[in-house]
Amino acid sequence: MLHGFLPSILDGATVTLTVALSSLAIAVVLGLAGAAMKLSKSRAAKALATVYTTVIRGVPDLVLMLLIFYGGQLTINELAPKFGYREYIDINPFVAGVSTIGFIFGAYLTETFRGAIMAIPPGQREAGIAYGMTPRQVFVRIVFPQMVRFALPGFSNNWLVLVKSTALVSVIGLSDMMNRAGLAAGATREPFTFYMTVAALYLVITTVSVLLLKVLEKRYSPGVKAASI
Amino acid sequence: MLNFDVMVSSLPLYFGGALVTLKLLVVALGAGLAAAIPLAVMRASPNRWLSRPVWLFTYVFRGTPLLVQLFVVYYGLAQFSWMRESVFWQLFSSAWFCAMLTFAINTCAYTTEIIAGAISATNHGEVEAAKAMGMPPLTLYRRILLPSALRRSLPAYSNEVIMMLHGTSLASIVTLLDITGAAREVNSKYYLPFEAFITAAGFYLALTFILVSLFHFAEKRWLVHLAART
Repeated sequence: MLHGFLPSILDGATVTLTVALSSLAIAVVLGLAGAAMKLSKSRAAKALATVYTTVIRGVPDLVLMLLIFYGGQLTINELAPKFGYREYIDINPFVAGVSTIGFIFGAYLTETFRGAIMAIPPGQREAGIAYGMTPRQVFVRIVFPQMVRFALPGFSNNWLVLVKSTALVSVIGLSDMMNRAGLAAGATREPFTFYMTVAALYLVITTVSVLLLKVLEKRYSPGVKAASI
Repeated sequence: MLNFDVMVSSLPLYFGGALVTLKLLVVALGAGLAAAIPLAVMRASPNRWLSRPVWLFTYVFRGTPLLVQLFVVYYGLAQFSWMRESVFWQLFSSAWFCAMLTFAINTCAYTTEIIAGAISATNHGEVEAAKAMGMPPLTLYRRILLPSALRRSLPAYSNEVIMMLHGTSLASIVTLLDITGAAREVNSKYYLPFEAFITAAGFYLALTFILVSLFHFAEKRWLVHLAART
């Protein structure tokens, strides 16, 4: 039915997943840093984080991706000769895609993490300090384990949106599922078949994610009573 | 430094693009919302035969990327000869129609879940009171459930509207000259990616702020009874 293109598309699916997971890693780091900045006492840090989250959340992913892909290409090729490098450098679409998606979802996760940290009663942190823990220990032992529970619902949402926005990397030439399906559609003149296959694979990824995140949510909510109606 | 001459001289192109973006947005939101209200009523219904099909619809459209949906409609349907020979082909061969249709269905799926959630969250006392007054189901929906549920949907719906505004940028991939399309044209003409895409980003930011403040007013007008008391 798929004219032997299935292996190629499944190969593209691993690219999609790699892009999604790598950008998630970047987004989590940026999100934690952003949340820390927004909750810090420094005015400059707060302002910087606010500009970051406002601008990124106000501009479409596609525009940011094209800006970073084409703009990055131009910048690198203007800077490289100054360091004695004469050849034209092609920016790697994987690097451009992952860094853009990571950068975008870092802004969304900043808000998620900030809300989660604020939901922890301040007495918890104070108790840690009173025990003589270092700020690092307070974060690792007290804040983080409780934060996970509050952050998971928002995190799940952000992850599902992130997975879906990976389809955009095909626009800058990364050979993900979408890109492979386009090639197969061109070769066989059956675009419907192949784009529906991609849609089904995305549905599988989101369904599996939802199930896994539910398990995680249970794991991080021991002793929390759910209100029954 | 940014080349401001190019930015200023290409502004008319961007304003034309903004018009395309707004047209796509308004049509998609209007059609999507109109279809979402009856679907949300079905989704919130205790009857499984009504709620399950709607659940499946929203599950599929919320679980797949908008870009994939757009490609299935715009490139995919051309695969079938019965489609190419039908009277609808005139419509489905136009990027405009396909983009509007896809965006409308997509936002409809998200909006359905938002409104259905608000309907289910209605205080049961309100429904019981209406029933005690002898209201038939239609009146109950018209007077009690929908006015309150639609108001309570406003904050979540404003997020959906912003998401859809950003979603319309995909129209540039199927050849439409929206704001992103204008930026891509400027970039390919002058090879000035920063000027081209930063201008586009500015347009989207401005539109986002306008929409956010419109919803702020709407919430003040219709949701003031739920505002935090100070």
